[in-house]
Amino acid sequence: MNELFDWEWASTHLDLFARQLGQHVSLTLLAVAIGLLIALPISIYVHRHRRLYGPVTAVAGVLYSIPSLALFALLLPFTGLGTDTAEIGLVSYTLLILIRNTVVGLDGVPPDVKETARGMGYDDRQLLWRVEIPLALPVIVAGVRLATVTTIGLVTVTAFIGKGGLGFLMLAGFRNLFPEVAVLVGLVLSVALAVLAEGLLLAGQRVLAPWSRKGVAGA
Amino acid sequence: MSEPGFLAEVVEWFTDPVNWSGSFGVPARTLEHLQITAAAMAIAAGIALPVGMYIGHRRRFEFLIVSVGNVGRALPSFGLLLLFVIAMGLGEAPIVLTMTLLAIPPILINTYVGVQAVDPDALEAARGMGTTELGVLGRIELPLAARVILAGLRIATVQVIATATLAAVAGGGGLGRYIVDGFAGGDDAQLFSGAVLVAALALAIDGTFLLLQRLVTPRTTSSGAPAEVAEPVLVTTRGG
Repeated sequence: MNELFDWEWASTHLDLFARQLGQHVSLTLLAVAIGLLIALPISIYVHRHRRLYGPVTAVAGVLYSIPSLALFALLLPFTGLGTDTAEIGLVSYTLLILIRNTVVGLDGVPPDVKETARGMGYDDRQLLWRVEIPLALPVIVAGVRLATVTTIGLVTVTAFIGKGGLGFLMLAGFRNLFPEVAVLVGLVLSVALAVLAEGLLLAGQRVLAPWSRKGVAGA
Repeated sequence: MSEPGFLAEVVEWFTDPVNWSGSFGVPARTLEHLQITAAAMAIAAGIALPVGMYIGHRRRFEFLIVSVGNVGRALPSFGLLLLFVIAMGLGEAPIVLTMTLLAIPPILINTYVGVQAVDPDALEAARGMGTTELGVLGRIELPLAARVILAGLRIATVQVIATATLAAVAGGGGLGRYIVDGFAGGDDAQLFSGAVLVAALALAIDGTFLLLQRLVTPRTTSSGAPAEVAEPVLVTTRGG
């Protein structure tokens, strides 16, 4: 138990913590960014071709339901240890949240607003970029917030495949490569990062939609 | 490694009788996985269902729902699991404790959201006809909230099965053992086969919940309902 509170070791390894925190942040940002690049076009397409909503969310739902350790293990023999495997897994967990929120956001644009834009001569592309997306943005950002916080938690599991960010501290502390205090430091920093990301994106949501204090998919 | 020979190795793993018998066999490991999942779900539901019903019915202590949701979202299951195993020692207790803590938020939130969303006019009408408070909860609020409550149980189960898999990293049993042992021994066929089994189990249970959800959805009100009730499911996310 002493090792769990070995603050002396902790205080001399701040650079290690900073490095792992940096890796955690960059793994998270990359996953959410790639997730958005995939989810946005799919959502826009699905929004216009309604029949596809069921099948698309079903596929994303299957990916979402597979336990993370199993998903990484399914990829491992093909993509090997490292960033590729980590990111493919992390990105696939963001898709359900991002697609659902984007489609719900686009659906929430009032029909009379769209009518007005049409009356002003907007074509499909203008309607999408100047009316629908701006109005759906708060709900899309709510999705980005949920996806980001989820990813921060899941990054820790990638310690198993040689990455992990703060999860590396946890696993190394658990396996006695570091004193056990590393587990505690990893956990506390990971919670702090999640809380910070949640706060920043919630603030972003409010700036984008000052008229509604509550996002559709947020609590 | 990803040569055609690899898939043959996986097929060989699945067809080897050694992997299907004894306490390290697939049936025994699956049972371990299910038992620990059921234990955690039972404890979590035993706590979260009544508390969620009470808060939703009485509309008191509603701040608890938001706080539990926020905490649940920020906690990484992997770190929590390793910390509890260090503090309590190897065994099932720290694993079940982690799984229970992570299962409570989605069940609590969805139960609250479901019960609280019931039309107040329907409740007034029932009370006017002399229905007791317990009758209002049991005959009106719960049937109307069943779909959302099941969605919460479903998300919690997904989380719990994932954490049960991670438990193998911390010395636990269950199907995650094949993944962890396969990795440690450089046996990719075992690692991959274990992952297939875990994924199949998770999807089978997920599918069962989806079917149950469909069974309790009243057909007459399906027009505008799905989008509205589907959202709370994602309020709590998964960390495993």
